[in-house]
Amino acid sequence: MSAPTAKADTTTGGYNFAYLDEQSKRMIRRAILKAVAIPGYQVPFAGREMPLPYGWGTGGIQVTASVIGRDDVLKVIDQGADDTTNAVSIRKFFAKTAGVRTTTRTTEASLIQTRHRIPETPLKAGQIIVFQVPIPEPLRWLEPRETMTRRMHALADYGPMYLKLYEDIARFGRVTTAYDFPTVVNGRYLMSPSPIPRLDNPKLNRSPALQLFGAGREKRIYAIPPHTSVKSLDFEDHPFETEGWSQLCARCGAADSFLDELVVDDRGTRRYVCSDTDYCDSRVAGGSAR
Amino acid sequence: MTADLEQPVLEVRGLAKSFGDRRVLSDIALSLWPGEVLAIVGESGSGKTTLLRAIDGQLAPDDGEILFHSRNQGVVDLATLSESQRRRVIGNDLGYVHQNPRDGLRLDLSAGANIGEPLLQAGMRHYGRIRQIAADWLGKVEIDAARIDEPPMRFSGGMQQRLQIARNLVTEPRLVLMDEPTGGLDVSVQARLLDLLRRLVADLDLAVIIVTHDLGVARLLADRLMVMQAGRIIETGLTDQVLDDPHQPYTQLLVSSVL
Repeated sequence: MSAPTAKADTTTGGYNFAYLDEQSKRMIRRAILKAVAIPGYQVPFAGREMPLPYGWGTGGIQVTASVIGRDDVLKVIDQGADDTTNAVSIRKFFAKTAGVRTTTRTTEASLIQTRHRIPETPLKAGQIIVFQVPIPEPLRWLEPRETMTRRMHALADYGPMYLKLYEDIARFGRVTTAYDFPTVVNGRYLMSPSPIPRLDNPKLNRSPALQLFGAGREKRIYAIPPHTSVKSLDFEDHPFETEGWSQLCARCGAADSFLDELVVDDRGTRRYVCSDTDYCDSRVAGGSAR
Repeated sequence: MTADLEQPVLEVRGLAKSFGDRRVLSDIALSLWPGEVLAIVGESGSGKTTLLRAIDGQLAPDDGEILFHSRNQGVVDLATLSESQRRRVIGNDLGYVHQNPRDGLRLDLSAGANIGEPLLQAGMRHYGRIRQIAADWLGKVEIDAARIDEPPMRFSGGMQQRLQIARNLVTEPRLVLMDEPTGGLDVSVQARLLDLLRRLVADLDLAVIIVTHDLGVARLLADRLMVMQAGRIIETGLTDQVLDDPHQPYTQLLVSSVL
């Protein structure tokens, strides 16, 4: 064992850089490398206890802590917003333990940790996006046994997964799965894209950015390397479709972004605004508001 | 197609299986031609179901060959194939009807989805076509096509069994293994099911191995009969021949014990 690298410096408030010890980071990096080598394959890793509960992004934080460097600029979003509790806490956590620069601007960030959304602004080459994943196994609803789901992945036995789509169409005339819509990565592994809305699925496909997924409770890491094909499941006669809104964003007038429905008074008046706060703000600042 | 008549669909040679030091199958040999129904009878614990499960690949035999004449790759030895090879080679050429339809169906999904699953597994990705085929098959097994979106949980036992049969036959397999398909059904439902099976077997030119302890079922359905006792085949022949003129003491006992 080599001696611990340098003493905790003043910028990291007494913690090791980015909180995790170096051995844990190495172990997680090895899992990430394997995940990148086998796109969409879930790599088990020895998840550490983190100073926040499961479901708050323990998987994503461990991945972020393992890949972050001193020169990185970090952006954290929760449901698209930079100013929600979870996003603010995680951003502060890394500002304190890693001393890195943080931002809310998608274009300025080199590393983005996200819960439930992909930013509307297209990602660039060189950026890394880290997803927080609650349930990494897309086959779980169909098959509760882990041994069986692993076998199904090994044999690429994904026919039964289409039963979910079949049942939706038979019952409602269309596929009603609105988030966590299953995808096939690189023509091989079935992958849960974490609960991003269906609207974000096309953004996964051939993205120039590296996409990493961390599930803390289930201790799984998987990845989509840049420029990898990601196809959402569909039938030949019921092709994959994204959802749309009958309205534009009430703040910036965007027609192409994911809108949140907000109840604004006690008489049920509703407003639709972009869930991606940075995208909305930059459009307002750029003068494209109505 | 003439080649099919000359070659058996299935040929088992010297099959043996032990659980620990208990021998459950010894020196099993049988062959089966297209369009033929073979019944395996014997007391419980005689190895009937174990034999069926070995042919289906649910358990690996200790010794012997299971030669299967597949559509894609000709004759292959199922005993030596890995699971992924097995799927690639025999695909949907082999069906398995469980004694309890609950083991062979997804009870919480609709009847249509249950029939559609093997089609999806075979790579069909067209919703409209899958639904059409599912509706056709419900008709063939005498289930009202209007119930296509109901889960089998709401079906009667006989309907569930017929649904399971439809699910197994929808991909037109060459060989279907049935483990007591009429067990647990009342006599009138049994009779209808047997009628249906007889018709489907003739229509589709299926080869069937049916495990049963009901000699009546065997006599009605099977061309040939095999009697098993303690993991061995003790007597085999044409159904009527075996039932009318049993040679082995155990077979004589079995035949005379029918009420």
